[in-house]
Amino acid sequence: MDTFVETGTVHYYLAVTWFVLWGVLWAVYFILDGFDLGVGTLHPFLARTEEEKRAMLNATGPFWDGNEVWLIAAGGVTFAAFPYAYAQMFSGLYTALMLLLFALIVRGVSFEFRSKVESASWRKTWDICHAVGSFLPALLLGVAFANIFRGLPLDETGFSQAGLLGLLNPYGLAGGVLFVVIFVMHGALWLCIRATGDLRDRAEKVALKTWPIQVVLTVLFLAYTAVETQLFSNYFLYPALFIILVLPVVGLVLMRTAMGAKKWWTAWGASSLYIGGTAMFGVAGIFPAIIPSNPNPGHSLTIMNSASSPLTLGIMLGVVLVFLPVIIGYQLWAYKTFATPMGEGDIHY
Amino acid sequence: MDVLMLSRLQFAAATMFHFLFVPLTLGLSVLIACMETAYVRTGNKTYQKMAKFWGKIFLVNFALGVVTGITLEFQFGTNWSRYSAFVGDIFGSLLAIEATAAFFLESTFIGVWHFGWNKLSAKAHAIVAWLIALASNLSAIWILLANGFMQDPTGYVIRNGRAELTDFLAVVTNPFGWYQFFHVIPGALCLGGFFVMGVAAWHLIRESHVEFFQKSFAVGAGVALVFSVFTVVEGHFHGNHMSQVQPAKLAAMESHWETQRNAPLYLLVVPGKEGNLVEALPIPGALSFLAYNDVNAEVVGLNDIPKEDRPPVLLTFLGFRVMVGIGTLLPVLALFGWVMRNKLTRYPLYLKILPWCIPLPYIAMQAGWVLAEVGRQPWIVYGLMRTSDAVSPVTTGTVAFSFILMCLLYTLLGAAGIWLMVRLAKKGPEDHTPIQVKAA
Repeated sequence: MDTFVETGTVHYYLAVTWFVLWGVLWAVYFILDGFDLGVGTLHPFLARTEEEKRAMLNATGPFWDGNEVWLIAAGGVTFAAFPYAYAQMFSGLYTALMLLLFALIVRGVSFEFRSKVESASWRKTWDICHAVGSFLPALLLGVAFANIFRGLPLDETGFSQAGLLGLLNPYGLAGGVLFVVIFVMHGALWLCIRATGDLRDRAEKVALKTWPIQVVLTVLFLAYTAVETQLFSNYFLYPALFIILVLPVVGLVLMRTAMGAKKWWTAWGASSLYIGGTAMFGVAGIFPAIIPSNPNPGHSLTIMNSASSPLTLGIMLGVVLVFLPVIIGYQLWAYKTFATPMGEGDIHY
Repeated sequence: MDVLMLSRLQFAAATMFHFLFVPLTLGLSVLIACMETAYVRTGNKTYQKMAKFWGKIFLVNFALGVVTGITLEFQFGTNWSRYSAFVGDIFGSLLAIEATAAFFLESTFIGVWHFGWNKLSAKAHAIVAWLIALASNLSAIWILLANGFMQDPTGYVIRNGRAELTDFLAVVTNPFGWYQFFHVIPGALCLGGFFVMGVAAWHLIRESHVEFFQKSFAVGAGVALVFSVFTVVEGHFHGNHMSQVQPAKLAAMESHWETQRNAPLYLLVVPGKEGNLVEALPIPGALSFLAYNDVNAEVVGLNDIPKEDRPPVLLTFLGFRVMVGIGTLLPVLALFGWVMRNKLTRYPLYLKILPWCIPLPYIAMQAGWVLAEVGRQPWIVYGLMRTSDAVSPVTTGTVAFSFILMCLLYTLLGAAGIWLMVRLAKKGPEDHTPIQVKAA
């Protein structure tokens, strides 16, 4: 691969900035869409009555669309800031990505379609679509990111195919399972905030039972990562980076204590901290690669050989600096307006 | 079929399906915002009822449009990775700006709008409606500027084996993109108007909710009239500009084979592969005039364009004719409706025809995109990169699998969505008006 970016230049620092922003966008996406995917995954198991089913959908209804845009933004930023990595990542993970998109499409539509017809079979169909469309993205995102941590089989042209079966290696699947558990936990905590009555109590039980599983899986996945990937090499090179690991650890502990004290916003915030910290731990581990290559690290797609021109990176940075605070502002306002325990008026459709 | 053809079909199917829903989102969002504003200003509950009724249909439509948009962004990577790598510096940044500046706004506030009827004041709710309308139209600017770059690339230099941005201002002021914007947006508003008129006509002929649908009809007809005329007039200037930068598209859309001055426009043409099979009823100089505002201007014919640089003639030709044919009919229909808006019941035939006219602006817009995109072939970026050089190095099986799955899924969802929209439209407004908790 040609190298566009010289170390130590303005171009380099712009590329590093975008690498960090790229990681942050994915982290925010996981935090935000994570809880609504988790609630969707829990939907068939937690909701018993028709009213509870609607309540679960409405618990995430006002937010899921705005949350999913963080995925579009993460994809768009990969395209704009690191076009070669975008081209490789999306064509290399073709089938997995398409399945992810189809699942998200079915889920998104089910929110709107489900209650428009008074028919049990119609509703059941969309309930299934909603659950599958929530579970599959959680699993596939985990598979995709675990494979990126592990490295994709790139060749000297950069472009290669990692078929779906190639992605379903044990480490990739472990990543998928971890993601599902994390999102289920995150979603259960969200329900503890928004739901009421029996549904809320059941969500609380799920959260309490999921916590030890999440702790064990996190430790196992970290150990597996040390064996299976090069993710830790940056950390041994710059041990200060291990500070990032403090975030998920604090997140896990705080989550449990907050749950014990029944402080659900704190618990959800701690879960967000855990997710953000875990994502950034992975991102810092692959730097300067965006898509590490395995087995041949020389073919990795890095910020040096994938970044856009300094002009594009600069203009985009300006755009983000202006718009990101505005976006955060109105999304916070939307959460403040709707993220309250749901009363009678919120269960309508 | 090879990967290239499959990828082209898949992209065409994904885009056209997405664009079945986007124009109504663009048009209806503005109409609904107007209705909510009318409610805030007059306090007339009918306007609020109108916003709620059309809003329900809008949400089903919006859901389909928004979820199918994600596939498009990602298909540039999955199916057109060589294209993405080549122009990502420019094209990718436009898409990213679209997400940041517009899509976030639209998607965040659609949830607020949907669930906010009892949580926001009427005024705040109307503002949210305007934000959604603004954001969807803002989205269109960035998407059409990105498309404008594909139609007539500007502001770049070829460096490091790719197109690198040199002049951002040139990219965002690209006339091609803006001509498209001022053609597509009025077209979408006209479509929104016809949608409302058609549904209203269906109810008026049945004498159901007469006051409600007469009011709705008037709003729809006014918007449809103004913007159908705007679309036609602007289309002429768009065509002028296009003729200058894309002579091959002009030649293909007219099936014009021999380069000549004072080129005639034939009223009857049957295009063939190597020339026209039938060519009759010429209007001397009309083609030269339409393309260049000058009856003596020279119009390049397909014979003087190398075979490998010619767009598919038949599709481009038909796309243009269908678009223009319908485009001519719509202002006439809208004008009649607007003039007669208070005595519609005297024209039952007109009311009976109108619901069947709802598909017309849809067909015109799809045909317009066929003209714009098929007419640009064989280039993915006009004169700069061929579509055949842009495709991902993936296997036929990979693309075929996702294409078949996509077609199945889209057909099912599309059928369910359209069925739902028809059902909601036929059901009419609900008679009880839910209480607004907070005062305006």
